[in-house]
Amino acid sequence: MLFFSYFKELVGKEVTVELKNDLAITGTLHSVDQYLNIKLENTRVVDEAKYPHMLSVKNCFIRGSVVRYVQLPPDGVDVDILHDATRREARGT
Amino acid sequence: MSWAGPDTFPATSLADNLDKKLLVILRDGRKLVGILRSFDQFANVVLERSTERIIVGELFCDLPLGLYVIRGENVVLIGELDPEKEELPSHMVRVSPADIRRAQKAERDATELKGTMRKRMEFLDLD
Repeated sequence: MLFFSYFKELVGKEVTVELKNDLAITGTLHSVDQYLNIKLENTRVVDEAKYPHMLSVKNCFIRGSVVRYVQLPPDGVDVDILHDATRREARGT
Repeated sequence: MSWAGPDTFPATSLADNLDKKLLVILRDGRKLVGILRSFDQFANVVLERSTERIIVGELFCDLPLGLYVIRGENVVLIGELDPEKEELPSHMVRVSPADIRRAQKAERDATELKGTMRKRMEFLDLD
């Protein structure tokens, strides 16, 4: 639940999602769910020439299970709050 | 949210994409284009009038597939194709299924050849 809540705070920010098939997509985080499925808006593929079929795709749904990384803006993280939340979560289990 | 009615879907639902033409990328690298008719919480989807879009270099081909039920675990990405925009760069050439299969095989052979050559160079351990 921690990362679900964390991503909910990032809705509206620009992120780059790198998938396990090496496709990297930049876009605005529109929504996230309990499976960490991601919906991005205003998407553009990082290496456009390699993926011509994505040319007219501007919004997409990404299944959580295929995400390798979610690259965030450097100021997108409040490390202290994240640390506190992590400690709380660890104590709970 | 217990007060939400049965029709309120979570934020990332595909409900907004129903009856739209979508691009579905699968784990095996295939790209299917079709109209979303149904989905569920596992991202299983039903795609009507689906075609497989094969792209090799500048060539492309759409193979008609019909009505598909895709198991969610194979889905990588579901993209909304903007009807106003061109789906593919205009310089791409549509070819027949036979031609695209030939082009795919040529691409596979070239990658294989590159792979074996690299293995040979690595064996020599040139620095």
